[in-house]
Amino acid sequence: MVDIAVVDYGMGNLRSVQQALRTVAPDASIVVTDDPDEIAKAARVVFPGQGAMPDCMRELDARGLRAAVLQAARSKPFLGICIGLQMLFEHSAEGDIPGLGILHGKVVRFAGNLRDAQGNKLKVPHMGWNQVHHKTNPLLNPLPEGEGAMAASTVGGSQKVDEHPLWQGIPQDARFYFVHSYYVQPQDDALVQATSCYPQPFVCAVARDNLFAVQFHPEKSQSAGLALLRNFVDWNPV
Amino acid sequence: MLAKRIIPCLDVTAGRVVKGVSFVELRDAGDPVEIARRYDEQGADELTFLDITASSDDRGILFRIIEQVAEQVFIPLTVGGGVRQVEDVRNLLNAGADKVSINTSAVLNPQLVADAAGRYGSQCIVVAIDAKQDVPGRWEVFTHGGRKATGLDAVAWAKNMQALGAGEILLTSMDRDGTRSGFDLALTRAVTDALEIPVIASGGVGNLQHLVDGVKLGGADAVLAASIFHYGEYTVQQAKQYMAQQGIEVRL
Repeated sequence: MVDIAVVDYGMGNLRSVQQALRTVAPDASIVVTDDPDEIAKAARVVFPGQGAMPDCMRELDARGLRAAVLQAARSKPFLGICIGLQMLFEHSAEGDIPGLGILHGKVVRFAGNLRDAQGNKLKVPHMGWNQVHHKTNPLLNPLPEGEGAMAASTVGGSQKVDEHPLWQGIPQDARFYFVHSYYVQPQDDALVQATSCYPQPFVCAVARDNLFAVQFHPEKSQSAGLALLRNFVDWNPV
Repeated sequence: MLAKRIIPCLDVTAGRVVKGVSFVELRDAGDPVEIARRYDEQGADELTFLDITASSDDRGILFRIIEQVAEQVFIPLTVGGGVRQVEDVRNLLNAGADKVSINTSAVLNPQLVADAAGRYGSQCIVVAIDAKQDVPGRWEVFTHGGRKATGLDAVAWAKNMQALGAGEILLTSMDRDGTRSGFDLALTRAVTDALEIPVIASGGVGNLQHLVDGVKLGGADAVLAASIFHYGEYTVQQAKQYMAQQGIEVRL
């Protein structure tokens, strides 16, 4: 039985994903595969992606992997990375193309001529280590009135109560490695698991049921990234 | 917010890390895998490996080095030197590189940059530019490890490379490389202001204030240094702490 299948559709370097998974799960059997049957049989699926989303969509279909990915995203622990997050949505501005449509929402480009608070130019692609704010940060995700009051009393001072299991052991605002020019805009705020700022907040992690997906590269984010991958390997969504 | 990146650079020849002055007088600095691991532990944001001889004999050695580093170090790895065709890019990515840096071949065959970015994505294509001041305010691009003048204007060339699909520019001042007198800030500023993509400043770092100046005065998105780290003068951690004290956002 394959424990973890990394979906290979010819886009980008999957070796680093495999290597990082091997490090956090030395006893697991991990395959990098373009075989739909292997993806179907695996207990967990990692769906990476690099390059341009139109190329990724085309190559996914050219290899006949769409159905296997859709099935996995509905049925077992599933981790999307970078373009593997973006492809889950309905539409991308990159190439003006439809995505897999597993999640409602779209993929948009960072605006041109971005500036930070000091007036310095912000480059696109957004490349490097940025802070990831988990959803439970009340400053970034103020709860609606009433609901907030209730949550505050339930939480009893701890902010970590509702945190997704994939953030376990990862400090709030830890830095992860990003490289991208587009980001996702989910229709449903309830999907949002984390945001980052460039300079405005943008969504960098989403989750629903058995699915978790991130814009950054956990396989290149040193200890924080390895912690997230370890959490994914241990994750047993209900 | 996004942190400015500190990138130790490992010039590799015959399986060893070396460092020269103005591209000559090489001095041995140690085993690349060991050095890479040390910088990772110290908090380096990325690592850059440049195969400075890029002979066919050394190629196999380089691949083994990259494979070993990629098994142990989970930060982005850039590899450059002797990249002549799309197949070279593929081989380096397969060995474990996350980005490939193209220098001389980008000048000889600019289409290579477009083809490699088209095939593997701009995020993994770095164009390295070695520039030397011609007259104040103008810098000329050199190739072949700084030996050959091209007549190209560095700022115009950088824009051209951005248009062809480069994801990032690694900008080295030949006038400053190995001199320990600081980055060529005017060059760095001219290139970074002209581009939308990130620019890595390189060449000339002799102390930690130079790193700060590269970011604050030069406008660099990342700073690259070699000798100040190789010979134990400063750790990457010390560099980051100093930059943080000067108000620069870094990953600590």
